[in-house]
This record gives sequence, structure tokens and C-alpha cells, in this order.
Amino acid sequence: MTRRSSDDRFFRLATGAVAALVLLIVIGIGFELTRQSTMSIRKFGFSFWTGTTWDPVSGDFGARPFIWGTLYSSVLALLLAAPVALGIAIYISELSPRMLRQPLAYLTELLAAIPSIVYGLWGVFVLVPIIRKLELATPDFLKKIPLFKGPPLGVGMLAAAVILAIMVVPFTSSVAREILKNVPSAQREAAYALGATRWEAIKVAVGYGKSGIIGAIMLGFGRALGETMAVTMVIGNNPQVSASLYAPQYTMSAVIANEFTEAADELYLHALIEIGLLLFIITIGVNMISRLLIWSMKARANRKAISMPMLADEAVPA
Amino acid sequence: MTKIHVRDFDFFYGASKVLHGISMDMPDKQVTALIGPSGCGKSTFLRSINRMNDIIPDARHDGLIEIDGKNVYGGGTDAVELRRRVGMVFQKSNPFPKSIFDNVAYGLKIGGMRNRRQLNEIVEKSLTRAALWDEVKDRLQTSAFALSGGQQQRLCIARALAVDPEILLMDEPASALDPIATAKIEELIYELKDNFTIVIVTHNMQQAARVSDRTAFFMLGKLVEYSETKTIFMNPKQKMTEDYVTGRFG
Ligand SMILES: Nc1ncnc2c1ncn2[C@@H]1O[C@H](COP(=O)(O)OP(=O)(O)O)[C@@H](O)[C@H]1O
Ligand SMILES: [Mg+2]
Repeated sequence: MTRRSSDDRFFRLATGAVAALVLLIVIGIGFELTRQSTMSIRKFGFSFWTGTTWDPVSGDFGARPFIWGTLYSSVLALLLAAPVALGIAIYISELSPRMLRQPLAYLTELLAAIPSIVYGLWGVFVLVPIIRKLELATPDFLKKIPLFKGPPLGVGMLAAAVILAIMVVPFTSSVAREILKNVPSAQREAAYALGATRWEAIKVAVGYGKSGIIGAIMLGFGRALGETMAVTMVIGNNPQVSASLYAPQYTMSAVIANEFTEAADELYLHALIEIGLLLFIITIGVNMISRLLIWSMKARANRKAISMPMLADEAVPA
Repeated sequence: MTKIHVRDFDFFYGASKVLHGISMDMPDKQVTALIGPSGCGKSTFLRSINRMNDIIPDARHDGLIEIDGKNVYGGGTDAVELRRRVGMVFQKSNPFPKSIFDNVAYGLKIGGMRNRRQLNEIVEKSLTRAALWDEVKDRLQTSAFALSGGQQQRLCIARALAVDPEILLMDEPASALDPIATAKIEELIYELKDNFTIVIVTHNMQQAARVSDRTAFFMLGKLVEYSETKTIFMNPKQKMTEDYVTGRFG
């Protein structure tokens, strides 16, 4: 055997082993989380998902307010972030002058590199007071709608959603930009040749990348689900299931971060770890769906035998 | 009668000049073939006629192209409107990821047509003209990507015909197809010339001889010879043309 082909084999084995290791780690985490929360799983069963009390003193635990808080804040963040992220992606890849493209792309990515705690501090000192003013200015007729009920505290669901949205935008927009960049120019040309305006040609490109863009948004959703620090600082940390944007609420990751060190008895600890397990399951599910969407878009592009050198999922940082 | 009139047309990508003083008149309702070795500027020339090159940054041109006596690059011509009158079919078929119906209807819809009956009618007519109707009439709502390569290319032709252009520009429309699909496209071109002025770029000498009325031979960005297709192939004036059409160089 020649030296080079043995090098080759070694390289293949080594990378294969690393890949297997990653899979093992994921399975290991799932297993360990389950093992460490058996007490709570045994005691509460499925009612852990639905129960609304969280009472460490009497040992009664239900995760619904946290699941609600996590999903609600993430969905709201998604609704705020998706149009903005898509707008930025379209501007950078289709409209901005060529010279500005790289710097703009770099700037949006820079935003993604700011540590979560810094966003949290900014949220506490800048965002929360602004939101409080907004809440105080809510007209009476709006206050009757459940969405706007509650005391004007500043901290609460709205602050959390806004800060999450800001944190998710750079990530989602850079993945979306990558997808638009990889839409074959033949698609835009086809549109132009039929008398499309620039805007109509952009719509064609976005339509072509639709599933990939939805995947990008879902990946952003996955990020929002797990985000802890900044949300903890502005959401108010009050476990309740409320549709109100103004109500202080709580998320899964926030309750783990806040209470883990004070969980004195074993059941309490197991309940917290079970929340971690639920979060793990939800995030993996969301990520799998979004990868699938991006992958299907890539598969379609390949079927068309159009070269798409690098699609989003290689561009996504782990 | 002259449909497309070109005088002293130059074209530049940035600093590099790829077309040099092209002058030619293309007659109405006939097929004009552009032949020549690859890289000689055929596509660039074709794309100048419907201003597709407008979207390429740093590209610029000099000289005149007129359609029906009206300057294509003049202030009174809107590129978007122009491209509706001058349809284009590309080398690689490029259907949208939409249904067969929506592909053909696309140009009509962006043109503002909403009437369902009218849309149905024109889609059927265009697919019939593109010799595709019988093959797809039972599955208009399925994805265009499910069609074979040759069918996709005919779909793209139908899509271009739907907006009722006067001129059809075709850039090597059959180069990616097998001989049977190619024959179908050629047959189609033959039928379309009753109603459309067609300019076709082709690599394939026999194809040019079969489908075109007039042929232009390009070489290194210059128009070497342009006349009746018969003359170009049987009795060319230039040595270079003769060498090329007899396959002495490629
Ligand atoms: N977008 C572009 N930017 C820069 N140069 C180009 C571009 N498109 C084509 N060219 C160059 O212009 C010349 C003519 O190309 P083209 O018109 O595609 O030739 P043909 O269609 O006859 O093969 C070639 O040298 C090609 O490399
Ligand atoms: Mg070409």
C-alpha cells in the first residue's frame, strides 16, 4: 500500500471517529439527563409537562409555565425577527452596492458575536425602561385585550421577545443571505427575460430558496429556545401561563440557571434536570426539522444539476 | 423587412472588449442563426438585443440596436417592457420551482393578468405551440421539475411564448438535449417562424443549416460573414467561414 493511500485511510477513519463521537455525546447527554431526572419522571409522569404549580417546598413540580414561556417568547421573537432578517438578507445580497456587501455582511455577523450577558445588560438599562414607557402609554381600549393586560413593569414577555429577536436576527439573516447567494442566477434571468422588474426577480429568488429560508428561520427559533442569560435578565422570572406581553414570565433555561444552585433536595434537582431534558428534546426536534428543510432545498438544487457549492448548513456555526 | 437593425455595436465587460463593430440586419419572421467558436461573443450579442446584459455590473456598450426602427437602448425604451416583446430561451432549461401551469402563467401574472379563464386559455395555447400540451395536459399542477430535460426546455419555450413576444432569442436551446429532444425543438422552431422572428445561437452546424434562413458567423468578437444560410454553407466568401463550417477548426 502506498503511503498516500494509507494516509487517506487514516484521515477517513479519524474523521469518522470524530463524527461517531459527536453522535455518542448527544446520545450520552440524552441518557444522562434522563437518568438524573428519573425521580421526577417516575413521580409526575406526563403531568410534569402539563402541571402549573412549581412548589419546591411541598415538592410539587409542573413545567407548563416554563415550557409556555420558552415557546411563547421564542415564537414572538421569531415573528419579530423573521421579516427583519429576511429584509437584511435581501438588501445585502440583492440590492446593496457591491462594495458594501462584504462590510455589511461582516457587521451583521459581528452582532452575533456579542456575548449574551452584554445584550442582557443593554436590555435591563435601555430596553426595559423604553418598554415600560410604552406600556404606560398603552391606550385604555387596548388594555382590555388579553395581549396587553397587566401592570406596566417593563420587564416581562415583550422585553424578552424583543431582545431575543435582536439576538436572532444576525444569525438568521446570515443564513438566509447564504441561501439567496446560492440561488442559481438562471432563476433571476428567467424572470427578467419574462419582463420581471428587479423586485419581481427578487421574489423569484426568494421563492426558489423558500424552504431553505424557512429552515434558516427555524434555526433561529432553535437558538431563541435555548437562549438563557439575556432573557433571564429581562423576562421577570415569574412562572405563569399568560398571553399578556406585559406579564413577567419565566423560561425553561432561566429557571434552571436561577434555581440549580439552590436545589437542596433530590426531587427538586431531578425536576430541574427534567426541564433540561424537555428543552433538549424540543431543541433537537426543531433543529432536525430546520436541517431537513435546508437539506431538501439543497437536494432540489442538485437534482437540477446546478452547482451549489456551499449551502447554508455548512455555513452554520455549530 | 428588417426587424432587428444593428450598427457598429461594441460590447465591453469592464475593460475587455468582446464585440467589435457588429453590423447586421435581421429580417422579420425568419430564423437567423449565430454560429462561431465558443467564447466568440454570440451569447453576449444575443443578450444585448433584449438588454439582459443590463443586469451585469461594469458591462457597457457602444453603437446601435433598433427593433422596428426604435432604439433598444434609447431613452424612450423601458427594458422591462422590451423584454416582454423579446422573449428568451436559455441554454440550460431554467423552470421555476412551480407547477407546469404556474411556470407558463408567470409572465402573464406579473403582467397583471388575473382572469382565470384567460390564463387557462393562453397557457393551453402556449403549451400547444411549444408542442408540449399533449404530454402535460393531465398534470398541469405537478412540478415542472418532474419533466424530462427536453420537456423542461419546451416548457421554457412555452413560458416565453405566453407573453406573446415578437422576437424569440434562443441561446443554444438544444445543446443539453438528446437527439430526439433536439429534433423536437428544431421542428418547433420551424413552425414558430411563421409568427415570430427568431435568433438562435447554435454550436451545431447541421442545426444551423436545418433551421435557419440566414446565418451569421462570429469569430473573436467580430462578425466575419453574414448571409443566406445556403450561401454560408455551400459557397462562403471568407476562407475562415469555410474552414469553420467544414469543421477544419473548432
Ligand atoms: N459576465 C461576464 N463577465 C466578463 N466576461 C464575460 C462575461 N460573460 C462572457 N464573458 C466573456 O466574453 C466573451 C464572449 O462570451 P460569450 O458571449 O459567452 O461567448 P459565446 O456565447 O460565443 O460562447 C468570452 O471571452 C467570455 O469569457
Ligand atoms: Mg454562449
